[in-house]
Amino acid sequence: MEFLVASAIGLMTAAGIYLVLRLRTFPVILGISLLTYAVNVFLFTSGRLVIGAPPVLRDDVSNYADPLPQALVLTAIVISFGMTAVAVMIGLGAFLGSDDDHIDDQAEASSSAGQP
Amino acid sequence: MLSVWQASEKQLAYTLSLFFIVSLPFLGALLPGLMNSAGRSACAGTTFIVSLAAFIGLLTNLPAVLAGEVVTARVDWLPALGLNFSLMLDGLGFFFAFLILGIGLLIITYGRHYLSRDDNMGEFFTYLLLFQGAMVGIVLSDNILLLLVFWELTSLSSFLLIGFWKHLPEGRQGARMALTVTGMGGLAMIGGMLILGNIAGSFELSVILENRDAIQASPLYLPALILILLGCFTKSAQFPFHFWLPHAMAAPTPVSAYLHSATMVKAGIFLMARMWPVLSGTPEWFVIVTTAGLLTMVLGAVIALFKHDLKALLAFSTVSHLGLITMLLGTGTAFGAFAAVFHILNHATFKAALFMSAGIVDHEAKTRDIRRLGGLRHLMPITFVIATVAALSMAGIPLLNGFLSKEMMLEQATKTVLFDTWWLVPALATFGALVSAAYSFRFVSHTFLGPVREDYPAKPHDPSSGMWLPPAILVVLVVVIGVAPALAEPFVKLVTASVLGIAAEVPDKHIKIWHGLIPALYMSIVAVIGGFVLLMIFKPLLRTWDAMPRPEAKVIFETLIESIAAAARGMTHSVHNGAFTRYALIGFVAIIVAGYYAWTTGTVGEATRPLQAAGPVPIAGWAMLIGATCGIVALHRNRFLALILIGIVGLMVSIGFVYLSAPDLAMTQFTVEVVTIILLLLALNFLPNSTPVESTPLRRVRDASVAIVGGLAAFVMAYHYMLRDAVSTPISEFHLANSYKGGGGTNVVNVILVDFRGFDTYGEIIVLSIAALLIYALTETLLRGPVRRRLLNRIPDQPIAGDMHPMMMVVLTRVIMPVVLLVGFYIFLRGHNEPGGGFISGLVVSIGVVMQYMASGFSWTSSRLRYPYHGVIGAGVLVAGLTGIGSWFVSKPFLTSDFTYVRIPPFNEFELATAALFDLGVFLAVVGAVMLSLESFSRLARRADTADSEHPMDINPLRDDAAPQSAPTEKA
Repeated sequence: MEFLVASAIGLMTAAGIYLVLRLRTFPVILGISLLTYAVNVFLFTSGRLVIGAPPVLRDDVSNYADPLPQALVLTAIVISFGMTAVAVMIGLGAFLGSDDDHIDDQAEASSSAGQP
Repeated sequence: MLSVWQASEKQLAYTLSLFFIVSLPFLGALLPGLMNSAGRSACAGTTFIVSLAAFIGLLTNLPAVLAGEVVTARVDWLPALGLNFSLMLDGLGFFFAFLILGIGLLIITYGRHYLSRDDNMGEFFTYLLLFQGAMVGIVLSDNILLLLVFWELTSLSSFLLIGFWKHLPEGRQGARMALTVTGMGGLAMIGGMLILGNIAGSFELSVILENRDAIQASPLYLPALILILLGCFTKSAQFPFHFWLPHAMAAPTPVSAYLHSATMVKAGIFLMARMWPVLSGTPEWFVIVTTAGLLTMVLGAVIALFKHDLKALLAFSTVSHLGLITMLLGTGTAFGAFAAVFHILNHATFKAALFMSAGIVDHEAKTRDIRRLGGLRHLMPITFVIATVAALSMAGIPLLNGFLSKEMMLEQATKTVLFDTWWLVPALATFGALVSAAYSFRFVSHTFLGPVREDYPAKPHDPSSGMWLPPAILVVLVVVIGVAPALAEPFVKLVTASVLGIAAEVPDKHIKIWHGLIPALYMSIVAVIGGFVLLMIFKPLLRTWDAMPRPEAKVIFETLIESIAAAARGMTHSVHNGAFTRYALIGFVAIIVAGYYAWTTGTVGEATRPLQAAGPVPIAGWAMLIGATCGIVALHRNRFLALILIGIVGLMVSIGFVYLSAPDLAMTQFTVEVVTIILLLLALNFLPNSTPVESTPLRRVRDASVAIVGGLAAFVMAYHYMLRDAVSTPISEFHLANSYKGGGGTNVVNVILVDFRGFDTYGEIIVLSIAALLIYALTETLLRGPVRRRLLNRIPDQPIAGDMHPMMMVVLTRVIMPVVLLVGFYIFLRGHNEPGGGFISGLVVSIGVVMQYMASGFSWTSSRLRYPYHGVIGAGVLVAGLTGIGSWFVSKPFLTSDFTYVRIPPFNEFELATAALFDLGVFLAVVGAVMLSLESFSRLARRADTADSEHPMDINPLRDDAAPQSAPTEKA
């Protein structure tokens, strides 16, 4: 189980980094989303993996999953929506303003070739 | 606040008046700007009255000061940092405050008549009052951190004053140079003061001044001394920082007269005097301060002699006289301090008068170039008398006050041995006095004496009394002190006593005109005669001077600044070149390297947790996630496909949360996933549908290797982490134990959100709201700008469905709506005890509303909205905030929650918690923020060619007018 989660985190991180390093806005936004998943899951695992013991108090249960990382990740998920939305809006605004969705400053506004 | 007045009832009046004196100029600084439209006299009059009130406030403290008391006032500001608003008025502080406010009054009168109609007088007097307040603050501060605050304020306000004539490049350059030099000095001084405060264990001056021995014995004494002296020397234009002062003369003359003769440049001197009891008396102090003072005195005098600009001449003479005072303080003897205090007084009187005279000449003759002047005594007799008396005092002619303090300086010089050479200090001091006499004589003779010329740029005559009265008052003082020094002596001794503090006794010598035939007298005679001789041979001297190669300080300074700026630019531009991918790459590599360093330098413990077995279902979910992620990377050029794949990733993450005992997270992730995908779809509506192949294979290999290393690092760290227990007991033990007892809820995650860490949550909903408002603002900007036309005339790249709002969908979403709201309500209510809560129900309700937009159209939905989303966001933040504030009324900290169980007969017993109210705020903020973001995006999508239908359904059998079925836009 631990291996599965860790490898998923690793793969999502790698894919996220690769996409963030692309040259157009949309892949970068996808990359940021993937990195967000990876980071949220990573933060969540800091409470270690517990199966079938949600942190909802019951009279006859004494073993619970760590609630604190869950609370922190919950707000992180909502905030990352806000962040993604702002990033998308900025990218969209730039594209609508210049008809160009390159993420890097272009030497010539007219050139459509990528940076070397 | 009142509880912290640390003054007895009797002293309260004094206490108040100290705050009054310091704050009045700052408060008054608002007035001149307001009075600007009321006319120039009203403007200057207000400024004058403000200063006068502060001045009178100061004078009310005179009896206490004369009685030797130290008036204090104190309010705690940031006691944890040792920064308190504590003020102290002793002899020294009174002396300087008297000079600052008294000369300030004269300058305001003078400035009223000096400034022309084109100058913005309100702005000028506002700056002047700001400066005045900052200066008074420096001299009255009893806390060195507070003093630093005021110190920086003088640098800033003097920058504004020096650069007041913004149209003059010299003014701007001079202001910038002054700010750079004094600002750097101020920075050094902050370091020095902090060291000093740490040695003494307090930042209160009164405590520091008691700790002479501890400070001088400390190994950090020398660094502290050097740093503090850097601050003093830059402010008081001591060699080698003297060069900024002459360039600051581009300021209007009232500024030069005020800042550069009487006040700001004296701030450094003041601080040396203030710190004298603890810093002076050591060999280091003696060598550094005396040498710097002597060099400055001689150098400034020599440069002054050859300056042709009246104000530049006076500026360098100020540099020279400040050097003299510094040298006297550097000797570390009581008599030296005595002479220094006396000379500060004398210099302030004659130099301010001289500056104002120079200003009058400039104002009337329209030039300050001494080579174009001469013979003015016939045309401006009053100015001539004022300037001559002041200049002769500066030259050290008997019966004027400059003579007395110069004599004391020379006497002190004969007793000072520097570098084991007995003649060095006396010889240099005499030489400095000699050149000083020479430039004073030159000032008078080349400006006022000689024949009347015909070629002045303007016909000079004496100005109105408003301009000559202020310097005249000062000149009367010059003569009175010069003739009857006994009048000033008690006061000078009082000030000296507070300079010396516990370190030394006030010398019992008297200030006398005739001391007998002592060496100082002969040196004085040599200086005056030598000064005359220099004036006689001035022409050949000037030729030699002009032929001599001299380093030009301004050029050196500018080269230095330019090279520093070039270095900074080179460094910044190589990293920060506008390519986001480069920043991202640098960031990732830096994070990986830092992580690697942390990994290799830390210790790695043994695994303490066993691996848990995974069944086939988790493995299947994992495989889907892995497959989707790989698919995104491989197929990301097809943007729509990538979006579907990322939806799968999100879904798998949500299901993973369910499996790993995090139901709240799963619900949140799932609902956020929905709104995110809608958002991205809306964006994709405008963006190109595919990403072209652009990067070279080499670049892709590079990016891929960074990505793989990063991914591996994340994998290793996560895997490592999950197999080991926490090093110490996690704080969530506390949350689990107290969730029900203290928070009244069994869903610990929700209790943490709304109770234990409610303040975090409060901050987070505010961040979310700001993000939504930012999106709204960006949309508004886009829709107002040139983008609007493009958007309206946009031709979609895909054929649009004929039936934009299908009947089935409309009906379905309408039926679903109450169900969605009910579910949201249910999730909200049960949140405290079961998975759910404000965040999740907020997202659920948002999805319900978004469905209406999608099914029934934008305008139909928005016309049925009763509350704007901004209002919903605001209400949410307010509800949450007010809930938090509510706990203040029962004397509990912000956001303390309470709960109780009530029973209303037909129902079972249920819980009422204030946390639910807070959660309501969270709910409202989330709904508002999500909806405002999505609504903003969809507003971009409205186009010109399709009129928004006011009907929710394009085809509706119930409508009679089955007319508008002209099949909206066949194909674009």
